[in-house]
Amino acid sequence: MLDTTRAVPTPEGIELVLRLAGPVPRALAWLIDTMLRLAVLLVAGWLLAMLGRFGWGVLLILAFLLEWLAPAAFEVWADGSTPGKKSLGLMVLHDDGTPVGWAAALVRNLLRAIDFLPVGYGFGLVAASINRDFKRLGDIAAGTVVVYRDPAQRPVPIPAAAPVPPLRPLSLEEHRAVLDFAERAATLTPQRAQEIAELASPITGVSPQRATQRLLEVASFLSGRK
Amino acid sequence: MMPQETFEARHGSQWLEFEQWLDAMTASRTKRSAAAPALAEAAVAHRYRCLCQHLALARERRYSPGLVARLNGLVIRGHQFLYGAHLDTGPALVRFFARDLARAVRTQWRPIAWACALFFGPLIVVAMAMQQYPDLVHMLMPAEQIAAYEQMYDPAQRRAGERGAQVDSYMLGHYIWNNVRIGFQTFAGGMLFGIGTVFFLTVNGVLIGASAGHLIEIGFARTFFGFVSGHSALELGGIVLMGAAGLMLGGALIAPGRLTRASALRLRAKAAVPLVYGAGAMLTAAAFVEAFWSPLGVVPAPIKYAAGAVLWTLVLLYFIFAGRTRAP
Repeated sequence: MLDTTRAVPTPEGIELVLRLAGPVPRALAWLIDTMLRLAVLLVAGWLLAMLGRFGWGVLLILAFLLEWLAPAAFEVWADGSTPGKKSLGLMVLHDDGTPVGWAAALVRNLLRAIDFLPVGYGFGLVAASINRDFKRLGDIAAGTVVVYRDPAQRPVPIPAAAPVPPLRPLSLEEHRAVLDFAERAATLTPQRAQEIAELASPITGVSPQRATQRLLEVASFLSGRK
Repeated sequence: MMPQETFEARHGSQWLEFEQWLDAMTASRTKRSAAAPALAEAAVAHRYRCLCQHLALARERRYSPGLVARLNGLVIRGHQFLYGAHLDTGPALVRFFARDLARAVRTQWRPIAWACALFFGPLIVVAMAMQQYPDLVHMLMPAEQIAAYEQMYDPAQRRAGERGAQVDSYMLGHYIWNNVRIGFQTFAGGMLFGIGTVFFLTVNGVLIGASAGHLIEIGFARTFFGFVSGHSALELGGIVLMGAAGLMLGGALIAPGRLTRASALRLRAKAAVPLVYGAGAMLTAAAFVEAFWSPLGVVPAPIKYAAGAVLWTLVLLYFIFAGRTRAP
């Protein structure tokens, strides 16, 4: 249905589905990281300035570490996320879905120097928009992807309803869509739920007033209730 | 076909156990010891494979997207935990410098030879040309910079060894910020089909050659070499290794061989990473030497030359001999 996912085959012979992060959340994450870095440097600079030239030396080393190595260190040690990525629910993974290691984290963060060219991540944006995994140049060379961290999934029961079969056999997509609707019905307003349910009138065949209820009944049937 | 609810009722407890085991294993150390593992270690692999099978079944049997997403999330966590590299940085770090770095350098001798040619070639040519045509320096460097260098290395002016510890710490920060950054840019420049790397290597070669040639020509060789000999092996070696790593990226883009450019790039970047680690370490070490040893005026020049020569020898011996073992 969506093309912002990446399927990763695993040794167990199944495919994992990763949800890829696009340029906008990544840019926001970068912005947060940059602001944090500036804040740290400002505070440190204010403190270190009291130490004279020695302090300036320490500040330069700090600036170097924060610019080049800190992002890689965060990605390796803090579960694939810099603070900015964490706040947006993003994480960096190897192409095969495993957590990112030092080699890949270092490559993708050093090559930032090229992605940043000619101005404001120009190359990175062009690269990200012409490959299907939204990879910037550093990601291509390092073999990494930036994905959404999936929040813990709680089981959602399909609402109880007397099972009613649909008017005709459903395709896989339709089948999934109906079950998806049933699982999310509780989070929708009744008006919105009815609006969506009316779209399914070809398989429910009832008046718009009863559409929601009937679709839940169909879902109940599809989930295997007798 | 088994109805979804029967499927969930039958296997739900197993999923929950696996999830609790993952939670326990990924929790911080203090919490981990408190909670008893929900799953015996020997049972984990089997349980994970069952989970994978359940995910495949759930997809195939058209169970609800919510269930599929939940199982997918659980399998991703399991996959990451079971297949992720578990970091044992300490031993790995020792092994890297004792063995792997030198091996990587020997394996990648071709890009390293190219980087040497692109860096030392211009350096030597310019420095030698400067002896014949001293005015050449004005074409390569601005007048203020020439004056600054002349003042810095003037044997008459030099109150050598007088720089206080404070100043040296400042210079350490400056060298790390500046030199290591240039090294990283030299590497990253490889992504521009190698052009960036070639540019940084030759430009730095020309500039270093020009300043060295000029200072020799006006007779400041003693102070100049006294200053640079100590850190030259680490610094020039570091630049060459960064350049070689960058050339590997450029080479993958220009001539990917029978691979796609993206695959070639990924493979060569992986092979280049040890060089980047090594070069970064060398440039950082060079910054320490340059900040705290090189400016020491109390040390007579012959000792400084000797120290420089010893470092060059050690670096070359390391790259030639470290990590060689007899084939089993």
